[in-house]
Amino acid sequence: MNVRDKILAKLREHPLPVPPLPGHEGPWLTYADKAAQFSTALGTVGGQAVRVASQSEALSHLAQLPVMASARRVVSLLPGVDQANVNLAQVADPHVLEDVDVTVVKGLFGVAENGAVWITDNTAALRASLFICQHLVILLPEASLVDNMHQAYERIGAFGPGFGVFVAGPSKTADIEQSLVIGAHGARSATLYLLQNDR
Amino acid sequence: MSHASHKPHDAGHPAAANAFIANHERAQWHDKALWFIREKRDRAAASLPEWETLRNHAAAIKAHTIANLPQYLEKFEANAQRMGVKVHWAQNAKEHNEIVLGILQQHKVQKLVKSKSMLTEECHLNPFLEENGIEVIDTDLGERIVQLREEPPSHIVLPAIHLKKQDVGDTFAEHLGTKPGADDPQYLTEAARGHLREKFLAAHAGLTGVNFAIAETGGIVVCTNEGNADLGVALPQVHIASMGIEKLIPRAADLAVFVRLLARSATGQPITTYTSHFHGPRPGGELHIVIVDNGRSEIRESEDFRRSLNCIRCGACMNTCPVYRRSGGHSYGSTVPGPIGSILSPAMEPEKHKTLPFACSLCGSCTDVCPVKIDLHHQLLTFRRELALKNLIPWTKRLSMKLLSFVMARAWLFSLGGKLMRMIVPKLPRFMVYNRLNAWGKQRELPPMPPQSFRELYAIRKHVAAARPQPASVSQAASSDAT
Repeated sequence: MNVRDKILAKLREHPLPVPPLPGHEGPWLTYADKAAQFSTALGTVGGQAVRVASQSEALSHLAQLPVMASARRVVSLLPGVDQANVNLAQVADPHVLEDVDVTVVKGLFGVAENGAVWITDNTAALRASLFICQHLVILLPEASLVDNMHQAYERIGAFGPGFGVFVAGPSKTADIEQSLVIGAHGARSATLYLLQNDR
Repeated sequence: MSHASHKPHDAGHPAAANAFIANHERAQWHDKALWFIREKRDRAAASLPEWETLRNHAAAIKAHTIANLPQYLEKFEANAQRMGVKVHWAQNAKEHNEIVLGILQQHKVQKLVKSKSMLTEECHLNPFLEENGIEVIDTDLGERIVQLREEPPSHIVLPAIHLKKQDVGDTFAEHLGTKPGADDPQYLTEAARGHLREKFLAAHAGLTGVNFAIAETGGIVVCTNEGNADLGVALPQVHIASMGIEKLIPRAADLAVFVRLLARSATGQPITTYTSHFHGPRPGGELHIVIVDNGRSEIRESEDFRRSLNCIRCGACMNTCPVYRRSGGHSYGSTVPGPIGSILSPAMEPEKHKTLPFACSLCGSCTDVCPVKIDLHHQLLTFRRELALKNLIPWTKRLSMKLLSFVMARAWLFSLGGKLMRMIVPKLPRFMVYNRLNAWGKQRELPPMPPQSFRELYAIRKHVAAARPQPASVSQAASSDAT
């Protein structure tokens, strides 16, 4: 018998009565103003939400950000970012992204209760660019907000092969004497544009 | 039984705790630092009106999964394999370590970056890999600090909570070349960021733990604040994930319950910065998942201790524990310290960890905060009985227990003893009350002896109450006073 079968056989030697699984129906907490709650929650985890009317307004605001002014290498997953100068499609080895200053992505949806944004990808390059960049910028349509994590997983639905991540604010640590330091390994800042119109 | 040795761990928790509290000021600071986190947890829990519902759901999901574990493990394996994951099985720490080494050798990996994994601590993976010529770098900041100091983590969420910033400054000055005497956390973190970036870029493989493994999808979820797990596996082609068999949950939707509970219980955050879902390897890469038993199946067989497998490693029981806060994580001499560690460690090695179930005042605070409703203090009490049955309790404790049960079984002897103590103790000179035989008099003043016992007071109260006409509310008040 191989190790796998030995472990399973040992577990089966002790059958246990199986209590039922609970359902997922709530009621779970919802918010009258999801956008306001989302912005507050993101603030408490060290991110910054900027509410704008449209994508074009977000992009012109972005161009004025200090982190963009000093950025030399910029990855953008959406069109219209003039400073973008890294083409992920041409990146075979994610190590070359080590000096990326800013990554700009679009979130699929946000979660009001905790300020998290769901981002997915299937390429090694994009995945690395989310974590290796010095500053992360996310655009998110306000209409995409859900109240809580139950709605979030309902919205994701069936998982297929690939990578997905909830990102809530910038990378942080409090491992030295419980002092909060923003920018542990990943992004030093997370700016989120909440778009009133998804255009 | 082995003879008491001078090494603190062999002498167990009391001796190691004594060493920790010898530095009074630091012990107080440690206590306060953890209580601060406990308070943050309380605020986070109170922000959700459905907190208790979530705890009930989490406990029910875990109980169901643990009962049905073989089926869910097979389902998880099949779904993971369908997406191209290589699934490995290990019965114990040795097999786990050899599997990991095998994968690394197959890919000629010389440098490995690791994110936090209590399982690999439990298996002592790092020293094993180092003996085999592999550089292992712990990338969680707290873990890197203790790794440089050649210490084990003292907390499962906050590995360096026992250290002050001056200690970290000294360690970094020695190993990372920071300015001697510099202790600003921002400056030190920046230095570690630069140092670890180099390690991330140079690594040939990344190893992570697993917070949750989803049976119906074959995916795994890893939660961090620093982003070290993600950076560690986004660059190299090989990702190894080590998980205990108890990490399974049946459905992806169950994640909502656990993700909502985990970070709030751990640090009081609404969610960790990164909650990463891996379904299969990335294009061109490899994902290996090592499923480890290492004593968990035995714990599952025990009616009394099965619920300890619910644990999601949030650390809330440590942050609230009056013994942990005042004795420090290292005093437990086990990978997982605090209340949950005092169950898991002796369950695996009773002889080695026999003092841990006694490192508890049975206050029950751990049980109150546990997000997955493990009956921690009940299990700790039950464990004491197990140890007594196994003859693993020192003769002093056995003798005093026998004496106490002899007295408690005889009401006349108990009340006579009490009467004598109330008469004699207040007249004794101080050295006869406060000495090494009386552990209750260490670091604290005993309360003054009451002039009357509870039974005497109760008899008087009943007598007085009977002597006057009584409305219902008075008798109710009297009885609730008496409980």
